[in-house]
Amino acid sequence: MGSNSLHVLKGINFNVQEGELVAIMGSSGSGKSTLLNILGMLDEADSGSYFLDGLPIKNLNEKIAAQYRNKFLGFIFQSFNLITYKNAVDNVALPLYYQGIKRKERLEKAMYYLEKVGLAEWSTHLPNELSGGQKQRVAIARALASEPKVLLADEPTGALDTKTSYDVMDLIQGINDEGKTILIVTHEPDIANMTKRIVNLKDGLIIDDTVVQQVKANVHV
Amino acid sequence: MINKDSWSEIIEALTANWFRTLLTAFGVFWGIFILVILLAAGKGLENGVKQGFGDIATNTMFMWTQTVSKPYKGLPKGRRYDFKIGDVPSIREEVPGLLYVSPRNRLGGFRGSNNVVRGLNTGAFNVFGDYPEIIKQDPINITSGRFINYGDIDNRRKVAVIGSGVQKELFSEEEEPIGEYIKIQGVNFMVIGTYSKKSNNGDGEEGQKEIYVPFTSFSQAFNYGERVGWMAITAQDDQSITNLKEDIIEVVKTNHSIHPEDNRAVGSFDLFAEFSKINGLFLALKGVAYFVGTLVLLSGIIGISNIMLIVVKERTNEIGIRRALGASPWAVRGQILLESIFLTIISGMAGIAVSTGIIFLINKVLEGAPPDDDSMFANPSVDLSVIVVALVILITSGLLAGLIPAQVAIKTKPIDALRSE
Repeated sequence: MGSNSLHVLKGINFNVQEGELVAIMGSSGSGKSTLLNILGMLDEADSGSYFLDGLPIKNLNEKIAAQYRNKFLGFIFQSFNLITYKNAVDNVALPLYYQGIKRKERLEKAMYYLEKVGLAEWSTHLPNELSGGQKQRVAIARALASEPKVLLADEPTGALDTKTSYDVMDLIQGINDEGKTILIVTHEPDIANMTKRIVNLKDGLIIDDTVVQQVKANVHV
Repeated sequence: MINKDSWSEIIEALTANWFRTLLTAFGVFWGIFILVILLAAGKGLENGVKQGFGDIATNTMFMWTQTVSKPYKGLPKGRRYDFKIGDVPSIREEVPGLLYVSPRNRLGGFRGSNNVVRGLNTGAFNVFGDYPEIIKQDPINITSGRFINYGDIDNRRKVAVIGSGVQKELFSEEEEPIGEYIKIQGVNFMVIGTYSKKSNNGDGEEGQKEIYVPFTSFSQAFNYGERVGWMAITAQDDQSITNLKEDIIEVVKTNHSIHPEDNRAVGSFDLFAEFSKINGLFLALKGVAYFVGTLVLLSGIIGISNIMLIVVKERTNEIGIRRALGASPWAVRGQILLESIFLTIISGMAGIAVSTGIIFLINKVLEGAPPDDDSMFANPSVDLSVIVVALVILITSGLLAGLIPAQVAIKTKPIDALRSE
């Protein structure tokens, strides 16, 4: 918001293959959220190029960016960002609404994904009637609903206790095992270790990019 | 853009904060309410005053003689003169565009001495000598029998049409006046009709106490010769009597050797000019009603715009989420605009409904009240066109009210919107 310009990212060069589960780590201010926002087309890079599924993402106006976000990307936020006055199934159906899908079909699809995250019987509950873990699972279902190419998760477990965090990570691992590409921003090492690759950022530069042995979350449960 | 889903979105958003939605809606409700009530009140006043004119043909002037104020052709000033019956055909001939030229004479008069006798009953009444056309210029309602016709004029029949007030004083209630004789200043006239009359200047009682007799019989019976007391002249519908007035007076001046620049010799009263003045007054009143009503409405609309701004600010985060999920700028903008228009129209409709309801009630009360000739207020109402105009104003203003908030809503980048809590 401020008028001072600050270079957050100073040269990032990396590729993510289809089906990868990548953790982006770093202390606060390292630029990990900024990177995710650029990947999510919520923010724009001052320079550089970005290809998503072979498609150059550049010179976006808001309309096209909105379409791309809707079609290619699913977002999972630390603060869940559910719409408070809509019940779980309507929240999940929202991206489909913007795809112009009819209400009946939309709700069917939304129910399918709610079932997938194990919340079918909570479909008519408002977000404030759900626990933190349940909210995040609704958010994951919402991110999946539009069948995006990539899931972008910004500190998905940041607001959850350890046990719930592992539950959510178990879900995310399951989705990844089905072949979905997922990027997770986190600063918790145990969460990062549940991914397949860890990218470490510091002061806007990649200082480390290693493939790790994935720890299955259900081991902890 | 407008389907069942956007409707449910709107309803959800508006019902999320009932109390605030109601308060906001009240601003517009009040504005349109005031507008409609003001217009209806103006219309009611107009109806009342115009009713006061009675049924008189408004494109009419009256003309009478006064004292000549300038010497001319050897005749002195201060001279008195009378219209002659010959003035009527010469006015007709020389001034085109006139519908009726009715010479009139009157006997007795307001609070005069008793001049009509029947048996033991006497009374003081206005007795008019008239042509049949007068009933079209100053309509009276014939309740039984008939009015004077040209047969009466040509044969100088001594017949009379009497008002309900005259009938009440000269006849007992069970008597049938038609065919009976009344004695006007010693001359017998047969009653051929009775009438009642709407007043045109509040003296409803006086209007019923008049007697009409044929102009020719009047002149003969009361020795008026060729004299004409005054004239009632009505112009054709496509003409204005105000424009013809000068020509008519010109003819009279020539006929009676009056100085062309003598402005006092011929007295006249132009009903049309009076009527136009009143029409102008009500036009101005309508203008004021629109002005005030629209301003009140405007403040209501500013209220809506204001609340929509707050709503947008409050929902910055929600809008951010929606945009992250793929809502296009137009989807967001459309949502805000629809909400604003919807709110405006609903509250405006409520305002129209309530105000017309109140007008309906007032009408009921007015109808129930005993008829009062002096009432200055009658049948307040608004035209359908006013309602249509009000609705158009509402829709446009709803759009305008939503425009700025909608622009604010999409101006924030989604990432900033998401960050705000």
